[in-house]
Amino acid sequence: MRIDDKGLIDRGRPLRFTFDGKPIQAFHGDTVASALLANGIRLMGRSFKYHRPRGPLTADSAEPNALVTVHRGPRAIPNTRATVQEVFDGLTVRSQNAWPSLRYDVMQANDLLAPFLGAGFYYKTFMWPKAAWEKLYEPVIRRAAGLGALPGGADPWQQEKAFAQCDVLVVGGGPAGLMAACTAVEAGADVILADESDRLGGRLLTEDTQIDGHAGYAWAEAMAAELQAKGVRILTRTTVTGAYDGGTYGALERVSHHVADPHPDLPRDCFWRIAARRCVLAAGALERPIAFPMNDRPGVMLASAVRAYLHRWGVAPGQRIAVFTTCDDGHRTATDLSAAGVEVAAVIDPRADAPPGAIRGEVVSTQGRLGLTGITIRSDGGLRQVACDALAVSGGWNPTVHLTCHMGARPTWDATLATFVPTADAVPGMSVAGAAAGVFTTSGALETGRDIAKAALAALGGRRVRIHIPTADETPPRQIAPLAVEAPDTARHRAWLDFQNDVTVKDVRQAAKENFISVEHMKRYTTQGMATDQGKNSNVGALAVLADATGRGIHQTGVTTFRPPFVPVPIGAMGAGGTGAGFAPERRITADQPMRDRGAPMIETGLWYRPGWFPKAGEDWLAACTREAAMVRRSVGVADVSTLGKIDIQGPDAAKLLDFVYTNTFSTLREGRVRYGLMLREDGHVMDDGTTARLGPKHYVMTTTTAAAGQVMTHLEFVTQCLHPEWDVAILSTTEAWAQVSVAGPKARDLVQSVVAEPVTAETFPFMACGTVTILGVPGRLFRISFSGEHAYEVAVPSRYGAALWQDLVARAEDMDGGPYGMEALNVLRIEKGFVTHAEITGRVTAFDIGMDRMISAKKDCIGKDASRRPALLTDREEMVGLRATDGGSLTAGAHLFGLTTPLRPESDQGYVTSACHSPTLGRSIGLGFLRNGRARLGERLRMVDHLRDQRCEVEVTAPVHVDPDGGRARD
Amino acid sequence: MTDLTAHDPAEDLLPLHHGDVRLSTYRPEAITSLMPLRGAAIAIPDPGRAEAMLGGLLLWSGRNQGMLLGPPPANLDKVAMTDQSDAWTILRLEGPGVDQVLSRLTPLDLNPAIFKPGRTARSLLGHMNALFHRRDAEIFDIWVFRSMAGSAIHDIERAMRGLAARQTL
Repeated sequence: MRIDDKGLIDRGRPLRFTFDGKPIQAFHGDTVASALLANGIRLMGRSFKYHRPRGPLTADSAEPNALVTVHRGPRAIPNTRATVQEVFDGLTVRSQNAWPSLRYDVMQANDLLAPFLGAGFYYKTFMWPKAAWEKLYEPVIRRAAGLGALPGGADPWQQEKAFAQCDVLVVGGGPAGLMAACTAVEAGADVILADESDRLGGRLLTEDTQIDGHAGYAWAEAMAAELQAKGVRILTRTTVTGAYDGGTYGALERVSHHVADPHPDLPRDCFWRIAARRCVLAAGALERPIAFPMNDRPGVMLASAVRAYLHRWGVAPGQRIAVFTTCDDGHRTATDLSAAGVEVAAVIDPRADAPPGAIRGEVVSTQGRLGLTGITIRSDGGLRQVACDALAVSGGWNPTVHLTCHMGARPTWDATLATFVPTADAVPGMSVAGAAAGVFTTSGALETGRDIAKAALAALGGRRVRIHIPTADETPPRQIAPLAVEAPDTARHRAWLDFQNDVTVKDVRQAAKENFISVEHMKRYTTQGMATDQGKNSNVGALAVLADATGRGIHQTGVTTFRPPFVPVPIGAMGAGGTGAGFAPERRITADQPMRDRGAPMIETGLWYRPGWFPKAGEDWLAACTREAAMVRRSVGVADVSTLGKIDIQGPDAAKLLDFVYTNTFSTLREGRVRYGLMLREDGHVMDDGTTARLGPKHYVMTTTTAAAGQVMTHLEFVTQCLHPEWDVAILSTTEAWAQVSVAGPKARDLVQSVVAEPVTAETFPFMACGTVTILGVPGRLFRISFSGEHAYEVAVPSRYGAALWQDLVARAEDMDGGPYGMEALNVLRIEKGFVTHAEITGRVTAFDIGMDRMISAKKDCIGKDASRRPALLTDREEMVGLRATDGGSLTAGAHLFGLTTPLRPESDQGYVTSACHSPTLGRSIGLGFLRNGRARLGERLRMVDHLRDQRCEVEVTAPVHVDPDGGRARD
Repeated sequence: MTDLTAHDPAEDLLPLHHGDVRLSTYRPEAITSLMPLRGAAIAIPDPGRAEAMLGGLLLWSGRNQGMLLGPPPANLDKVAMTDQSDAWTILRLEGPGVDQVLSRLTPLDLNPAIFKPGRTARSLLGHMNALFHRRDAEIFDIWVFRSMAGSAIHDIERAMRGLAARQTL
């Protein structure tokens, strides 16, 4: 029911939205909940477990009941709090967790079974038979329970993440927060003020408070304008969701939830990470419901919520409203309602000193199937019925201590206030003002807001300021009587604590009876506080019941752990931008586009994309790969190898560094020559391998594998910064500066000579030579190295010319019966030659294992040398061998090796296959693998079994080098 | 003279305009890395600083490491130098909303009183490593690895679009 002349809604801007298809009239400034209540609709949802009809309990983000789905189709947002969602013209709102309709929900049958569905029901009931849990019970339970449904499909909404920094973060824009922000900005601080609502004011918007003779909301509006003008960054619709290490806070900004037809680029939410030197928590307090029988009917709501609907939205949630309160706040609701002309049916207050006019008693039951129609009161005069369609309830207030507890602190029980208050210094750099600190008056909020900000600024060294405290028309100090009012809690008269998860007083008592007396155990046994509202309304009530049931005080019982986030944060907001092309950076080689143009599939190698193969008409990958590998052995092939890590090493101690990180010696390498090197970790296992070229007396260029480029760079930084900072050496990655192309095959020299100005002969560029050359007019580098076993070169030019060089070389190669080759052929060629990659050097193998133990120089020290000499790493090892199929079968990487007749058991496992391919040179399937004492077993026949792919074949153990074992082809 | 055609991965994708921010590339004559060895006559600017020297602008880019924008200097005694001209793509972001756009992608404190014109920093740009250089109050140069230029532009454009769309609110 709308009340004339009340509320901050814009009556000049009427609008229409739909609820379950029914058109609803509203005004700009309404929430879904306020608009529905204005139209006499109290029933807004069904509860999680019993499918009980529910209406809004609150008018804020703590709402447990009024959860709805907004929007349609893939853009639907389930579990939206009707109390938070602002309405706009054309908004679609649907109820959830009910079928076929909110009013006639089939699953409400669950409610009849409530006597059997109490705490621990699932644990006790669905034990047998074991298999039925997964197949029957769980699917059925999951279908019956639950809140809104995800729309399915990819999320079409844009989302955003952002960083912010400030001197002072003020959490909450009520009277305390406004004064804190005002004080901080006056003192010269850089201030961010975040508030959940779309406008600042906090409770000033929802109460009839006067400040300095003005309406509270008007004062807040003026303050907001002033703060904005002074440079305070005001984040409205923004909830600070968590406090983290180092003064970092998470915050969720609802950017476009309130917008009809948002711009397609507009984010729905923005997840902020705010680094603040100081934080003033002015998040206010949350009112407590009272646990009395059947307290969950639509129409029962918090007394503060009734005032909020009245003052902010001009709505009376009923025609005849009763008030049940254990503190003075409830009486304020009665006064405000009367003043607005709403009939107050009764005021019930159980306290001995209940004000005159109130009934000294308790509400012991309620009536009304889909909404409240009446209540039963027990007082000195016995039981009596009172007809009413709304009941305002107040059980006192809980300061919003959540953020103060996010780093492990627990709040402190204040017996005088009968509530938990923040513990001092709970979060470094955070201090608490206003109701969040247990100061429940407006003048107290204004004053502590200023004082707390002043103290925070003193710590920051801000300038001293004088800030006037405005005068608030004072409400009397609140008296909060001890907590919950309880009445017999029977199956027919259940007293709800946790509305969202349907946990009653009886459930908590049951938990205590079954010895789940720790508050953390009680929580998990009953699921109290584990719903999307995280028990904001119910935690303190539930532990009070537990305290009573276990005969302990509330302070002894303690609270459960408060964890971020304070309100639900969509995963999509936290991972904003992380889908599609934003998932990870794509590293593209210079010839990426011409390769794609040739139809090459680009395969991910770490972040890089490299060509798999270059298919000709009608070829599948295997045909293309086989053709390319044979082409390299026959004529010439061109492959991009730019992704290999290239590290420039200069300085008088460059050689010392290389000798220290490589197992073999580089100080003896002549200028203009390249050497293969092996690098160990401290623990003696192989880290990486590659070639290093000596370009000058104090200048080397190291090549790493693509996969380990970053790891090797980090390793070199560690060595030069920590182990030998005295060495005079400079290291820098030049990977990105050079495009490098491998030219391999018997005709490689002819091809290379056609692009290089200088003579390329056996004398000028023998095997393992390098030098600076001119390539098609561009200064570049030439290395005579081979990863294919063929006569081969690597040609390097500045990256800008990479695509052109690759295309040019490919065209020339094609004129010579050659062409491009991809990663698959490159892999085949190196397997044929027994060269290792990270398929072999996985981090668990040693130089001994891969047959390179002799590369660990005896004449010098190197990283990992001593560790590699440990006996366990030198005897009875799985050693690298070559493998060849002998029965026409195919080897597969990952398969295991067994004796021909031994049983296929883990304990008879002899080794495993690391790399496998079809060898065009040998005409059969070959591979590399590790075999227990393998080098002594050459010629042996074994069974290869791939349990995963269900593939088997017989293999012969060979030396790792399958083709050209003496290496003549590369040297020629 | 060369027969090879130079290609820049950013040139097909830029410039871009969204809202009051523009993204383009900046191609200096050359980028040369300088790392002084013991006894060198020059020193790298202090962390986060840039200095006009050696006929160009030398930007701090890491521990004992600077990037010289401008003509490649003759060999400097006791300074390890490499040509990094092709290693980096420099993206230039300019306009009144430049700090807002970058705040979507980097945790750096971009407060102009702290990150003043002329300052540099190494930090994250989305998921990648970048060198940030504030040229002027509303002009940032963002250095990213050449191979990642496409991803960097994608991420920056997304941030630009999101902020431009906020102006419709």
